[in-house]
Amino acid sequence: MRLTIQINGEQHQVDDVWAGESLLYVLRERLGLPGSKNACEQGECGSCTVYLDGTAVCACLVAAGQAQDREVVTVEGLAPGAGELHPVQEAFLAAGAVQCGFCTPGLVVAAHNLVRRNPEPSDAQIREELAGNLCRCTGYEKIMDAVRMAAANTQEAGA
Amino acid sequence: MRTFQLDRPGDLAEAVRILAEDEGARVIAGGTDLVTLMRDGIQQPSRVLDLRDLGLTEIEWQPDGGVRIGALCPNAVDDRRLAAEYPLVVAALRAGASPQIRNMATFGGNILQQTRCAYYRLPEFACNRRDPGTGCAALRGDSAKQAIFGVSDTCNAVHPSDLAVALSALEAEVLVHGPAGARRIPIREFHPLPGDTPHRVSALRDGELVTGIELPAAGRGRVSNYVKFRDRASFAFALASAAVVIERAGTVVLGARIALGGVAPKPWRAEHAERALVGNRLDEDSIAAASAAAVRGATPRKDNEYKVELVRRVVRRALSELE
Ligand SMILES: Cc1cc2nc3c(=O)[nH]c(=O)nc-3n(C[C@H](O)[C@H](O)[C@H](O)COP(=O)(O)OP(=O)(O)OC[C@H]3O[C@@H](n4cnc5c(N)ncnc54)[C@H](O)[C@@H]3O)c2cc1C
Ligand code: FES
Ligand code: FES
Repeated sequence: MRLTIQINGEQHQVDDVWAGESLLYVLRERLGLPGSKNACEQGECGSCTVYLDGTAVCACLVAAGQAQDREVVTVEGLAPGAGELHPVQEAFLAAGAVQCGFCTPGLVVAAHNLVRRNPEPSDAQIREELAGNLCRCTGYEKIMDAVRMAAANTQEAGA
Repeated sequence: MRTFQLDRPGDLAEAVRILAEDEGARVIAGGTDLVTLMRDGIQQPSRVLDLRDLGLTEIEWQPDGGVRIGALCPNAVDDRRLAAEYPLVVAALRAGASPQIRNMATFGGNILQQTRCAYYRLPEFACNRRDPGTGCAALRGDSAKQAIFGVSDTCNAVHPSDLAVALSALEAEVLVHGPAGARRIPIREFHPLPGDTPHRVSALRDGELVTGIELPAAGRGRVSNYVKFRDRASFAFALASAAVVIERAGTVVLGARIALGGVAPKPWRAEHAERALVGNRLDEDSIAAASAAAVRGATPRKDNEYKVELVRRVVRRALSELE
């Protein structure tokens, strides 16, 4: 099929797509957007988290055909400009929440989604909101720090 | 991966027509289950119908106080009145999957999700549910996660849905539409036991699809609770769960409905436990009696014997936590 899809604000047409391949495959293998990671392809790890029409989803569980005519924002689309980082990304760096980095893009999108909707999350809320994102390296403490920091930064930026 | 044709029917009639004329056609709602099943070759539809243009996302309150929830309403549903009047439904949804998955997953897809039995999901193993008549590797293999109620000698897989357990305790009805028009199926009859036909996973007839779920009006004096035991604190399927709905007049229990999850091929009504409560006060004695009665009829194997004790405890906890 020919897939028509908006990604990070830009309209794309992709030909010869199998309707059942995943949105994750389209992003990584057909459009050269490797930010969203492929770790489990079963919805279990959250590494592939993207926005689909403004809600956070696992791109590995979305069939390409389901994404037809919809809007996708990937981790590549969060930063305000080239060479710049989004405050959530800054927070992950500053908190040392990145080790091997494989989980990071998915966590950044999930954390972005969290602080956007809830600027003062409790620790319990952070844990529950990020329950779908697994990290094998950090032990999560630094990630918790990063999200608290991201929430504080976002509030400041908004004020 | 088999190729298929993807359609986007514009209305219910078109969807039903396609489903009725093509036996290999399947609908896709959120896709959170179907996409992996297709990719892994476990389901190979010839045609897939994307239902997104059908609407079916609304929550409609009925004049009698009940509510109708569209089949395509997301599992992440955030509705104040629903949370206030049917907290059991919202609790069961929140206890399942992850935020990203709940955002995509739908009510219809949730109750129709396939079992998580590892043998079903790995095509290299025999599975009567996936390929009728080929045998069941689980019956000889690791049964730690398998069912202790309602099993047959063809299949002992568990129904994985949390939502369906809550719907069972609420005696919801599934609204369906097919070539012969609309009908409603009580949730109790919606999921068949495996028997000799474990590949039949619902009471839907050819060409039918789910359009919504209807919850009867909440009675007075009703309290409810959902408790789920799992391997970790969040984001895991139930080892055992219990949805309880109790109606009281003063201190006496007038009505009790207890449904179990994670332990049977369908949401399992623990009727012996319900009977242990009705007519009594909800106290330590009646709760102990109900929790013991909840496991009556269980047929565990060596690896899943632990689920018997989990059921006793999950029922006791769910009832003890009620105000
Ligand atoms: C990692 C992971 C963890 C999970 N954990 C849990 C958990 O803890 N608890 C839990 O309850 N669930 C859990 N789930 C399952 C999840 O809730 C289901 O995948 C989801 O609810 C399915 O809904 P969907 O709309 O995406 O269905 P789809 O994948 O679109 O469809 C599922 C099935 O239902 C059929 N179908 C869908 N809608 C209709 C309709 N309207 N009429 C007729 N047929 C229809 C489809 O043809 C398909 O066979 C988990 C899933 C994943 C991937
Ligand atoms: S790759 Fe999608 S959730 Fe793991
Ligand atoms: S940093 Fe390695 S998986 Fe999270």
